[in-house]
Amino acid sequence: MADSTLPAGGALDLPSAGEAHPEGERSGGWLETLHSWVTTVDHKRLGLMYIGYGVFFLLIGGLEAMIIRIQLLRPQNNFVSPEVFNRMFTMHGTTMVFLVGMTLIIGFANYLVPLMIGARDMAFPRLNAFSFWMTALGGLLLYYSFIGGVGLQGAGSAPDFTWWAYAPLTEKAFSRGHTADYWALALIVSGFGTVGAAINIIATTASMRCKGMTLLRMPLLVWLNLVVAGMILIVITPLTAAQIMLLIDRYLGGHFFDSQAGGAPLLWFHFFWIFGHPEVYVLVLPAFAIANEVIPVFSRKAIFGYPAMVAASVGIGVISLGVWAHHMFTVGMTSAGNAFFVLSTGLVGVPTGIKIFNWLATMWGGKIRFATPMLFCTAFIIQFLFAGLTGIMLSIAPWNWQLHGSYFVVAHFHYVLVGAIVFCIFAGFYYWYPKMTGKMLDEHLGKLHFWLFVIGFHLTFDTMHIPGLLGMPRWIYTYEADRGWNTYNMVVGIGGFIQAIAILIFAYNLVHSYFRGADAGPDPWDAWTLEWATASPPPAYNFAVEPVVASRRPLWDLKHPEDTDSRYE
Amino acid sequence: MSAVPIPIAQLPADDDWPRPDRGTVAMFSLIVAESAIFLIFVIAYVYYIGRSLSGPTPRQVLDVPVFNTVCLLSSSFTIWLAERAIRKRAMGAFTAWWALTVALGAIFLAGTGIEWHKLIYQDGLTISTNLFGTTFYSLVGLHASHVIAGILMLSLVLIFALTGKLKPEHGHRVEVLALYWHFVDAVWVVVFTVVYLIGR
Repeated sequence: MADSTLPAGGALDLPSAGEAHPEGERSGGWLETLHSWVTTVDHKRLGLMYIGYGVFFLLIGGLEAMIIRIQLLRPQNNFVSPEVFNRMFTMHGTTMVFLVGMTLIIGFANYLVPLMIGARDMAFPRLNAFSFWMTALGGLLLYYSFIGGVGLQGAGSAPDFTWWAYAPLTEKAFSRGHTADYWALALIVSGFGTVGAAINIIATTASMRCKGMTLLRMPLLVWLNLVVAGMILIVITPLTAAQIMLLIDRYLGGHFFDSQAGGAPLLWFHFFWIFGHPEVYVLVLPAFAIANEVIPVFSRKAIFGYPAMVAASVGIGVISLGVWAHHMFTVGMTSAGNAFFVLSTGLVGVPTGIKIFNWLATMWGGKIRFATPMLFCTAFIIQFLFAGLTGIMLSIAPWNWQLHGSYFVVAHFHYVLVGAIVFCIFAGFYYWYPKMTGKMLDEHLGKLHFWLFVIGFHLTFDTMHIPGLLGMPRWIYTYEADRGWNTYNMVVGIGGFIQAIAILIFAYNLVHSYFRGADAGPDPWDAWTLEWATASPPPAYNFAVEPVVASRRPLWDLKHPEDTDSRYE
Repeated sequence: MSAVPIPIAQLPADDDWPRPDRGTVAMFSLIVAESAIFLIFVIAYVYYIGRSLSGPTPRQVLDVPVFNTVCLLSSSFTIWLAERAIRKRAMGAFTAWWALTVALGAIFLAGTGIEWHKLIYQDGLTISTNLFGTTFYSLVGLHASHVIAGILMLSLVLIFALTGKLKPEHGHRVEVLALYWHFVDAVWVVVFTVVYLIGR
């Protein structure tokens, strides 16, 4: 393959955003702008809509978390009723996983994958729009249950059976009204959207790569999103199938999970966790993907062990399909079953360990710049290590029997979901916001956001392990004062408030910087992947000329023609 | 932080840069996703074999639908002949084989309808009768709904072919659609084995 080429006319100072966005100059009023966004099939606009949608629900889900924490702040508190409390933790879980996590990762993938592989758009732009609007409809359906969920005897106005909705609690006899229907329909619909997005990502990476972009030259972000898309195909669909069974039970009088007629609620447990555990990796791999891009750029070194990173990601994807029943040790499986899931869960630690070592080796000896994205990624590595260690503890069946359903488990998975995933997503925001808007996010507000969030996070989730070890169960509405959990819950709640303040600062920063931020230019971080080779924000066509790449770091090659990567790969 | 001046290299000659076809990749991805849905329904079916608390049982009411199965499986062969015809730009032969495929699919659907009518009105087996009814109608119905979707899409192509809108240049798209039909047929082999051979 020949030398790398770029669409840039000899330099990276490309036309400014106004020229690159002729449609921005067409000042047709807000109605026309709205129309252009609703009817768009552009991967960048759809990506931004996914991300905006995710941030909106992040605030809603955070509000629900704060209601939970206020209720648990003191023993015998009566901030909300027990019914509302149940709805809050159910909606918090469902929202954060399906409407925040999934939409944010798909949003970033949508925006970045075509840019990083030098393509003009996704493989199927209209399918892309369809997927987004299905996801959006799913969120609306779920939250409509607050209004329309009231059924017989006014029972239930939002789902209140935890986010995994164990049967037979969701059956007609126990969940009256329509909350379970809205919950199931919302997840089926948004599941269709997710599968559509996954098909699109796979087809895009397979068929739209620019010249010279071989599989082993793809940026790791693209690789990890490819693995995730492959997982989505076989992970989200079992949930869809189980939801269809649930609706057959509820509407057609079926007996899939109806123990009165011989049905087995246990089957729902399996179906849910066949989805539910790999789902964790569906969420965390794109977070790794962000770290894989940010850490090398801010350490001024190429990523350490690129092939090992690819292999480890594929390995995590494969192994994660065989670990689901470690959520079910207390169900009572055979010893062989327990042993299998203990060992397979332990095995996940190997590829994740490889990744942690590779990130550390990338930073080792590097000339590290601690800008906000790098701060978030550094905290991520440490927190993910802790989260992995408590995960290994919980994967040991006897230990699990002791702590299952306690706050120790809650602390563990929030360490993964917040400490790893949310931290990396914040890093992604600070890193790519300049590309998406053409403006830098304010660095002072960013550092304030980071430090407040990291302090609040550790106050909340480090402390939360202890009441778990002391036996505090999850989902309890309140507790007696003499249990010895008072101080811990108070600290957890205070940490929650600090995190909430940090998130509000972040949301303010997003808006503030859009209007007042410094101009970013095409390549503010001196980065190496193709998205930085075009204007910020990129024009609708992305690249004026299809780029040609000769190594994993095409922009490095162009900036350093005397010492190109392609000589070493 | 500002722009870096970058030398522009000469664009290389238009080398071959072979990449897989996006339609085929997407259809295979969809097939993988659909397979997972079917797998879950098959697992539920197998798990509940013999666990119904009341009758009727599969052995009492189910007849092996041999004619139906032959029709559906041979439609995979006729659609393959249609694909071969469009590759040879023989549009007449294509239309004929394609129409035969649609007809065979429709016969299969009609056969399923007759079978269900007998089960419901003679044997009193509905989706809410017992676990067998729940799992049987769900699994066979899931497959039948895929046959319906397939027939709708095949019919659309047939209309285009009959009105002369379909050209040999569209051969590749037709092949992608045919992949879906092959999948629907292959799933029937699994459903047939599980429901009529193992479960009975």
